Amino acid sequence: MSSASPDARSLGIALLVLAAGLGCERETRRFRELPPTATADTSLRLSPLQPGPPVRQVRLKSAYEGNAYAVSEGKRWFSQFNCVGCHGHGGGAMGPPLMDDEWIYGSDPENIFATIVQGRPNGMPAFGGKIVTGQVWQLVAYIRAMSGLLRKDVAPGRDDALYGAPQEQATQKQRPLESSRPPQSEQP
Amino acid sequence: MARAPLAVGAIVVLACSESQLPPPSAESLPANQSLGASEPGLDTVVPPEVGAPDGEWPIASGDYANTRFSGLTQITAGNVARLEVSWTFSTGVLRGQEAAPIVAEQAMYVVTPFPNILHALDLTNPGSTRWSYEPKPESAAQGVACCDVVNRGAAYADGRVFFNTLDNNTIAVDAKTGKVIWRTRLGDINRGETMTMAPLVVKGKVLVGNSGGELGVRGWITALDAASGTIAWRAYSTGPDEEVLLGERFKPFYSADRESDLGVKSWPGDAWKIGGGNVWGFVSYDPGLDLVYYGTANPGPWNPDVRPGDNKWTSAVFARDPDDGQGVWAYQWNPHDLFDHDGINENVLLDLDWKGTPRKVLVHADRNGYVYVLDRTSGEVLSAQPFHFITAYRGVDLRTGRVQPVSEKEPKTGTVVRMICPSAPGAKDWQPMAWSPRTRLLYIPHQNLCMDFEATDANYIAGTPYVGANVKYYAGPGGHRGELSAWDPVAGKAVWTLKERFPVWSGTLTTAGDVVFYGTMDGWFKAIHARTGAELWRFKTGSGIIGQPVTYRGPDGKQYVAVLAGVGGWSGAIVSAGLDPRDSTAGGGFVNAMKDLPQHTTKGGMLYVFGLP
Repeated sequence: MSSASPDARSLGIALLVLAAGLGCERETRRFRELPPTATADTSLRLSPLQPGPPVRQVRLKSAYEGNAYAVSEGKRWFSQFNCVGCHGHGGGAMGPPLMDDEWIYGSDPENIFATIVQGRPNGMPAFGGKIVTGQVWQLVAYIRAMSGLLRKDVAPGRDDALYGAPQEQATQKQRPLESSRPPQSEQP
Repeated sequence: MARAPLAVGAIVVLACSESQLPPPSAESLPANQSLGASEPGLDTVVPPEVGAPDGEWPIASGDYANTRFSGLTQITAGNVARLEVSWTFSTGVLRGQEAAPIVAEQAMYVVTPFPNILHALDLTNPGSTRWSYEPKPESAAQGVACCDVVNRGAAYADGRVFFNTLDNNTIAVDAKTGKVIWRTRLGDINRGETMTMAPLVVKGKVLVGNSGGELGVRGWITALDAASGTIAWRAYSTGPDEEVLLGERFKPFYSADRESDLGVKSWPGDAWKIGGGNVWGFVSYDPGLDLVYYGTANPGPWNPDVRPGDNKWTSAVFARDPDDGQGVWAYQWNPHDLFDHDGINENVLLDLDWKGTPRKVLVHADRNGYVYVLDRTSGEVLSAQPFHFITAYRGVDLRTGRVQPVSEKEPKTGTVVRMICPSAPGAKDWQPMAWSPRTRLLYIPHQNLCMDFEATDANYIAGTPYVGANVKYYAGPGGHRGELSAWDPVAGKAVWTLKERFPVWSGTLTTAGDVVFYGTMDGWFKAIHARTGAELWRFKTGSGIIGQPVTYRGPDGKQYVAVLAGVGGWSGAIVSAGLDPRDSTAGGGFVNAMKDLPQHTTKGGMLYVFGLP
């Protein structure tokens, strides 16, 4: 390839630079993101059935949902706080799967936050006061990534581990079933 | 169903030839030499130590020796093809049904998985309930039960039924009325403890142990006074000799085991406090030697890198005095266990003619893939022969008693080691084998599984999983995942082996009629000829079978066979807990090997009782 003209070479370099530039077009990284709230939301509803006109729940916007670093941190906490021992890499074990479309206690960030902090009666431990609030919100973002609810450019792209479940980035979005029948694991 | 014409043919042939094949009579049964004389009133001359007493089934294992043999002779290899359903009962719970139905006082006692309801069924009026007792265990206990929310059965003694709840209560109930006599709390779910095992009552003491080897729970066995429920003694599996109850009487066979406080010294720092060694299998008892035998589970965490040392006394067997719990000997199946190879599998106590001399032995098919024959008076290993395809060990050194791991298969943090055989649930898990004194064979239900293992960092957080490994299992050579092997413990080899699509996760039962019963995870309950391995009969239950079949004589004098159907347990959690097959590591890696189970069975919780027409 020594016969390549200088023009061709510079065109090649220009293409490379362009490609590299496009490759960098991931989420806009913000380095200091605040978690949306410090505590679980008290207006949270676990049932869509409300007598009379429904009370509007305050929707929280978690900046971590669009922040790849926060999500990858959440993935790290998911192993380090031993979530992985109960929920596997999303397929479940002692606890229910998290990569599917069934959400016993809701799929919204504030619901997942409350589930982690308050615990749930059939075996989910209450981690309130044991895990730093910001880390819980990072966990929340990662847990939503497991069923494909986050943007693909934010969800983790590869595992440096034994191949278990498909990468979060490649997981097809599972439309959450909020008011479905109780999932298998919760049926008597 | 390509098999159907064959099966029908077999039924016709068997039915026709029945008159030529007399059922084995009491006279034709070999008296088991050194075990003493028979008692009047027994169906057979098989002595009481071997075989369930007088047509009852008072404990999960049938007898103290854990043979799961019954001397009843009405159902035989000749007539079992005519077996049919007599009655059924729904337990009302749809999780893995691993329990043995217990039979005593013309009643059957069935414990369900969580919420551990104890049903007393009236055998004089088959199918009707005398009473049901709901212990109402803590719901949160479900979150710390490693392998489905199972229970392995109750125990009957002196008018009382004893059982454990998932949230660590041992309960004594009046067998007649269902009223609670005592209830003793023995553990704490906030530390990850649960209880799933079937108690054994020995000399007025109820022996129970804890589960939680995947949550850094320190293992123990506890003896409760059967009358009052007060704790008589507790022996931990790890820690100082004082707490492991090892004193002057403790004489392990191998010299390396004779130092003091090995339960502390064979661990780094305080790791023994969160080191597992739980007691969730079956307990055996030898009234002659007055010793109880039981195994201890895996050390925690699974990642062996973080716990250098032998990790005593995890993955071991103890012989103890039932009166005070003092250890008499111990032997570690898997020092410094590498693969979650618990040592809890049952120990069957037999008197064998061993190379010309009668010896009191203990036979144990370990998760590591070897069937061990130990001298149960001393703890000496007499033989250890493979019953599963093994890549992880080179064998057992009979001079030192130590199993020899293959170094290339040892887990290393951050590396994926492939094709480790047997896998973490082992060659055989908790599912108990049976022994027939007539055929002199053990009937071993087991797996055929290998695994990939990646050791990872492990963080201890009380009440959460403490594992440190990503794993997935798959079928071993041949592609089938389960087997039933008829094993000659003297020759150290299988006489015949049946292959099954799924792991054989049910217990086995054998009878003086020369029939072996077991169930499959796709819901077939099968009767096999104890000598030839020929299938004699099969029945499709509503859900996969992981329970323990039993047999008894009903108040009408007829012999019945009973088993619970209801898939689940570690192997069946993909169905009972609805795990997602897209994650190979789900369910502790078992989901990868069971992805097709949901196509073959659904959840259930049904007792089936079979009899001859």
